[in-house]
Amino acid sequence: MKYTFLLAICLFVNSMASQNCHYVCIGEVTDFHDGSPLVGATIYAKELDKYLATDLQGKFKFTDLCAGTLTLTISHVGCLTKTVEVHIDGDVYKRINLEHHAEFLDEITIHSVGDKHSASGQETRLKKEQLELYSGAQLGDALKEIAGISSLNTGNNIVKPVINGLHSSRVLIMNNGVRLQDQEWGVEHAPNIDLGSVANVMVIKGASALAYGGDAVGGVVVMNPATIRNKDSLYGQSILAGFSNGRGFSGNTSLTKSFDNGWFISGQASVKRFGDAEAPDYFLTNSGLSSNALSLRAGFKTLEQGLSIYYSFINNEIGILKASHIGNISDLVTAIESDEPLVQEDFDYQIEAPKQEVKHHLAKVNYFKRFENLGRLNLQYDFQNNRRKEFDIRVGDDRNKAALDLALKTHTVSADFKFDANHMRIFNTGLRFGYQQNVPDPDTGVRRLIPDYQKIDFGAFVTSLLNFDNGMQVDAGVRYDFNRMNAKKFYLKSRWEERNYQDDYAHFITDELESQYLTNPVFDYHNFSGMLGLKYFYKDHWEAGLNFSMANRAPNPSELFSDGLHHSAARIELGDLRLKQETSSRIGATLVYTDESASVKLEGYYNLINNYIFSMPNGIEQTLRGAFPVWVFSQAKAGIFGLDFTAAVPINSRLTLTNNSAYIRGMNLDMDEALIDIPSFQTRNSLTYKQSKWKDFSLSLKSEWVFEQSNYPNFNFEQFIPNDQTLVEVDISTPPAAYHLLHLHSQIRFDLKKNRGLTLGLKIDNIFNTSYRNYLNRQRYFADEMGRNISLQLKFNY
Amino acid sequence: MKKYTYILLFAILGLANSCDDQDDPIPVNEEEVITTVRLTLTPKDGGTPIVLESRDLDGIGPDEPIITVSSTLEVSQVYSGNMELLNETVSPADQITEEVEEEGAEHQFFFQLSQDVADISYDDEDVNGNPIGLSIVLETKAVGTSNLTITLRHEPEKTAAGVAEGDISQAGGETDVQVVFPIEVI
Repeated sequence: MKYTFLLAICLFVNSMASQNCHYVCIGEVTDFHDGSPLVGATIYAKELDKYLATDLQGKFKFTDLCAGTLTLTISHVGCLTKTVEVHIDGDVYKRINLEHHAEFLDEITIHSVGDKHSASGQETRLKKEQLELYSGAQLGDALKEIAGISSLNTGNNIVKPVINGLHSSRVLIMNNGVRLQDQEWGVEHAPNIDLGSVANVMVIKGASALAYGGDAVGGVVVMNPATIRNKDSLYGQSILAGFSNGRGFSGNTSLTKSFDNGWFISGQASVKRFGDAEAPDYFLTNSGLSSNALSLRAGFKTLEQGLSIYYSFINNEIGILKASHIGNISDLVTAIESDEPLVQEDFDYQIEAPKQEVKHHLAKVNYFKRFENLGRLNLQYDFQNNRRKEFDIRVGDDRNKAALDLALKTHTVSADFKFDANHMRIFNTGLRFGYQQNVPDPDTGVRRLIPDYQKIDFGAFVTSLLNFDNGMQVDAGVRYDFNRMNAKKFYLKSRWEERNYQDDYAHFITDELESQYLTNPVFDYHNFSGMLGLKYFYKDHWEAGLNFSMANRAPNPSELFSDGLHHSAARIELGDLRLKQETSSRIGATLVYTDESASVKLEGYYNLINNYIFSMPNGIEQTLRGAFPVWVFSQAKAGIFGLDFTAAVPINSRLTLTNNSAYIRGMNLDMDEALIDIPSFQTRNSLTYKQSKWKDFSLSLKSEWVFEQSNYPNFNFEQFIPNDQTLVEVDISTPPAAYHLLHLHSQIRFDLKKNRGLTLGLKIDNIFNTSYRNYLNRQRYFADEMGRNISLQLKFNY
Repeated sequence: MKKYTYILLFAILGLANSCDDQDDPIPVNEEEVITTVRLTLTPKDGGTPIVLESRDLDGIGPDEPIITVSSTLEVSQVYSGNMELLNETVSPADQITEEVEEEGAEHQFFFQLSQDVADISYDDEDVNGNPIGLSIVLETKAVGTSNLTITLRHEPEKTAAGVAEGDISQAGGETDVQVVFPIEVI
């Protein structure tokens, strides 16, 4: 209201300004920490003796200016006031960063500790409105809005984010300041995140965000809940959505009560139910999903200090396509040769074996205290309990028993201190101590895929951000991590010898059974990581960044210890105790152009990974089930090069064209062949029409074009199929054909009284019901992707 | 404030240490592993039964199954065959045959010869009157060597064309067992 009033005054004053002066100064005020626009910042122009406030995009505009100097003083609640001089010799665009004392406004999250991210790193933020479009989908689906982010899927419900071709243990996921520990090593384990609890997401490509970890070879996904302000209010939001494909629905509701004195309490709950999804020609039997989640937070905060507690829980039951559960290579050959899945049933909501049941609890306590003219201390303890059960198709008494049952508990204590008294020289330092215990339940009647282990982690880091008056920012950081892996694992004697462990690791054997050894492998890893970057702002519109980061990642439990048959891939997967840490050296360059209406961003990178850990075929073993190829974790030097491009260009005041495209090439440099599972070139273009006069109406048409991957390693092999006495080539490598999809989204908003609003959205994914398969879907051998999906979304703010 | 850090660190160290003395994990009794597939062929007119056996005691471990065929088959002879599946990782050995029999409607054995040296037919039925293949009749008809492939499918389409007659091509389902025996008919 105040802002409208100010604007009205300005317009009035402007109209009386001198006719000789016709220049325009457009400015944009952004949060120094994350580049997000600051709404309602006050701009005082000294020469004009005039006040303005920034609009919803953080922009302001002075018109009818004369040539000369304009002194602007910018202030915003919770920010350090800043004065800049602008030379007016034509129309001018000026971008102003404000050092945002986030803790004054923000919830006490690690984000609010300040600039955890690097200035020069390749970072992209997704806002709540963008996330809300994915209310029925998964985190991995929403992140594809960002160029260079793709996903590795198992069917339609298990969606892992892939950052510049890297995923799983190479991507850290931070949920409200807590590093997610949920057996993330598994390519078929989706992150246990409820998108409904998340208000904003930041993706950092590469290992620049050292405060979160030194092993982010791929990158970091940082998620935070909504900010709660210190004022008396009670507000909430409910989103309901229905989906034609899978005949599903999702609901998410949140309610927050805050007080002037800094106390707050907030709760959120969501539910999702989907039946079998539908490909254009058939149902994807047993691809349903049932998910329940809730989160609660409470606490109190002032400018000086704050204490908060947070708890979240998610319970997912995820069906795995029935046709993907196969017995041996003969079955796999039959499945690959068949155009359609070999098990097709009518639609239902039943989720039967094979399926996954995962429960994830997260609890944290956080305390911060600000010391005047020094900085801010942040202390945190968090606990996570992840229980993962995977059910296979079994017979007899074992029919309803999980084949895999892992309980992973993680405790972390951390302390950070951020020296930010001088906003031109910011230093951040911290310590982390973590303890993790994994206990697989032996009652499954299946040998443990991942053994019992205890893991101790210790980390320490220092990062710095230096701002220079000439528009240059330099950031640098170092980090050390110690990991101790202490496992207790049974090895079949035959496997122990086949792996040649008897010479090197005989001292690990603690007990001998008839056909097995009990071993106690203990490994210590010392990891060093670091980053150095600079960013330069040039002539208001341009921004260039150069960033070098080094990350060190210790092998995960799966890479060390895997030992078993993988049903849907029909292969035996083996870990290797000899694996060393992998070391990534990544160089990234970013060029950004922004003006009042358009923005273009080009990011290039080269990631050289020494001792890159990957799984590759290594012979065939005969069993009574038939023959199986053996895949063993190995190491090689890998190089990944890529270009990510993002642009938003207005065609006129209502039409905007956006593009995001990514090109990536991954090579195994030792063997001079392509890396497996690297996304192909993809480009997404959308045309959006917006008309604010018609209840904020918007209509957007999006084209998604994914090319065929022509660079892939050929891991095909020949196999004798006894049933028909033939020798066949098992084609597990050839990527599927290119595809092009069209999607539509439209929404309209009705303002109700007193800040209440109702938004109605219509979304059609895959408008033409195109049949396609995706190279990065583990179920591409068995079935097509989902067909058309029409959804209606109702969003109510109150 | 450093004090708090220390206290927290020590608390966690204490926790870590207290958990350190964890007991050794107990070995898993593998309940579904089939280590032994045995077909006993008893000649209709008496004589020593012929035993075809494939044994793989390390399950999906690296050791190859050991395949033994006790003797050659006689031409123009009728044999009654009996399938046995065992889990010998536990003692006494687990009779998996019984589970297959109980869930006969969801299982079926298929027998395929690479050379046309014999005819094989089913000699048992599940609750729906479809064959299981735990009992068979094998009738040798020509002299020669052949591979006998025995496949056990879980949840096959028993009513699909030819499946009840032993044609695996339309059977679908998931392979639980697949073994190949070299046989000789003299």
